[in-house]
Amino acid sequence: MESSISMTSDNLIEVSDLNFSYDTRAILKGIDMTMRRGQVIAVMGGSGSGKTTLLRLISGEIRPTSGYVKFAGEIVHELDRDALFKLRRKMGMLFQFGALFTDLSVFDNVAFQMREHTNLPESMIRDLVLMKLQAVGLRGAHRLMPNELSGGMARRVALARSIALDPMLVMYDEPFTGLDPISLSVIGNLIRRLTDSLGMTSIVVTHNVEESLKIVDYVYFIADGVIAAEGTPQEVRESVAPFVHQFIHGEEDGPVPFHYPTQAYRQDLNLEDSVA
Amino acid sequence: MPKRIVSGIQSIGHRVIESIWRLGLASRFFILVLLKSGTSLRRFNLVIRELYFTGVLSLIIIVVSGLFVGMVLGLQGYETLQKYGSESAVGTLVALSLVRELGPVVAALLFASRAGSAITAEIGLMKATEQLAAMGMMAVDPIARVVAPRFWAGVISMPFLAAMFSVMGVFGGYLVTVVFIGVDEGSYWSQMQSAVDFRFDILNGFIKSCFFGVAVTAIAVFEGYDAPPTAEGVSGATTRTVVTSSLVILGLDFILTAFMFRGVS
Repeated sequence: MESSISMTSDNLIEVSDLNFSYDTRAILKGIDMTMRRGQVIAVMGGSGSGKTTLLRLISGEIRPTSGYVKFAGEIVHELDRDALFKLRRKMGMLFQFGALFTDLSVFDNVAFQMREHTNLPESMIRDLVLMKLQAVGLRGAHRLMPNELSGGMARRVALARSIALDPMLVMYDEPFTGLDPISLSVIGNLIRRLTDSLGMTSIVVTHNVEESLKIVDYVYFIADGVIAAEGTPQEVRESVAPFVHQFIHGEEDGPVPFHYPTQAYRQDLNLEDSVA
Repeated sequence: MPKRIVSGIQSIGHRVIESIWRLGLASRFFILVLLKSGTSLRRFNLVIRELYFTGVLSLIIIVVSGLFVGMVLGLQGYETLQKYGSESAVGTLVALSLVRELGPVVAALLFASRAGSAITAEIGLMKATEQLAAMGMMAVDPIARVVAPRFWAGVISMPFLAAMFSVMGVFGGYLVTVVFIGVDEGSYWSQMQSAVDFRFDILNGFIKSCFFGVAVTAIAVFEGYDAPPTAEGVSGATTRTVVTSSLVILGLDFILTAFMFRGVS
């Protein structure tokens, strides 16, 4: 296993024995993770495995049942509301379909946080917004409204918006969903390039094995609320662990069964007697 | 049979508990909106933008409806009063009906269907498309930034819309009775002027419309914020806004009228 991730001084996020339940239904069970500054980390797993819940716990939107998430040395769930909002200014989040404000133009969407949290003059905000849009290749689209954008463009604008205040961490919730191959590659490359050039950390929650293994430094697999496997993309590709193998190669049956658990097929078809 | 009765009673109990729980939730939400109104007052341009959407864009329906209601009042009033030779009092009837009751109540009902439903749908859709969550992630409180400006815009708009409704109604009554039927213009205005009291009629009508404005907008923002983030959820919330607002307006109108006009001749 990659030993470099154990260097605690470089860790931006530490997740320790994290448990989370909705009522009595356990979603995450004793998760431990460390995420280093400057890395792109993928969190993979099937639908309903608790990936998005993990992001919500990191951002402090929900509180863990036990355990903790430590961000930049601070335990997230122990912060009061003001301190949490202060912490969130160091975080960015790209939602699955962008979540752009539909009543604001592309320019105003990217300028939103700057206007809310800073007293910068409008001329400086204009320059900063155009720089952020230039980074995602959409400077020319700054006057458009969100309903005039394609899915890929909307996500690029949302990416520009999430890096508006140069955050330490950007979280991406399924950033590749529903994109054509070109847009998919553009978003993937942007995540890598922006992470490197801005010196931030990125957490990519995704199902997309091909695209994410190209750009990430480290991968966590979550299944049934626990970390089923972890490693570098190379280690993951070579892994013989049944779950990882099934996930990476998209196999129909394996540790994640094709059939929903039920009684024996023969029994359901009343064939027991005739066979006997 | 007893099992069915028990389950029926249980279901009623569930509904009652759920309604009370929801009422409590709405009250807490309302208090939260008031506590987080600082941003709206400091950055009043946020409220002005919403005033356009809730107030200015509701003007057409208010003006047209006010005109027609006034015209009908004029016709009906003239028809009845002329039997007693009091057709000159038609101005009084039109004005008092509008200023005391129809202005605030009908304007509020129209406001609930036009602006209240729009507020609910907008906030509900913002929630369904994760815009409110995105705002929270950007360390911007959606209640302060999205809900409170819409609430205050509705509260401010409502009295003006009710006043506009009454003015247009009085004008509609004038058109029908004076211009078309031929009632004496001097009687129409002078009887109205002497009968309408500023304190008891105009001020009370204004107070009513303020109450309706708070009620309708509070219901609209709560339903939008509380809507399940699905197409069905938003449509259900929009319907609830119109139905609940209408019932609250009519109920509140009775209570306010009982307090305001008890013993006033």
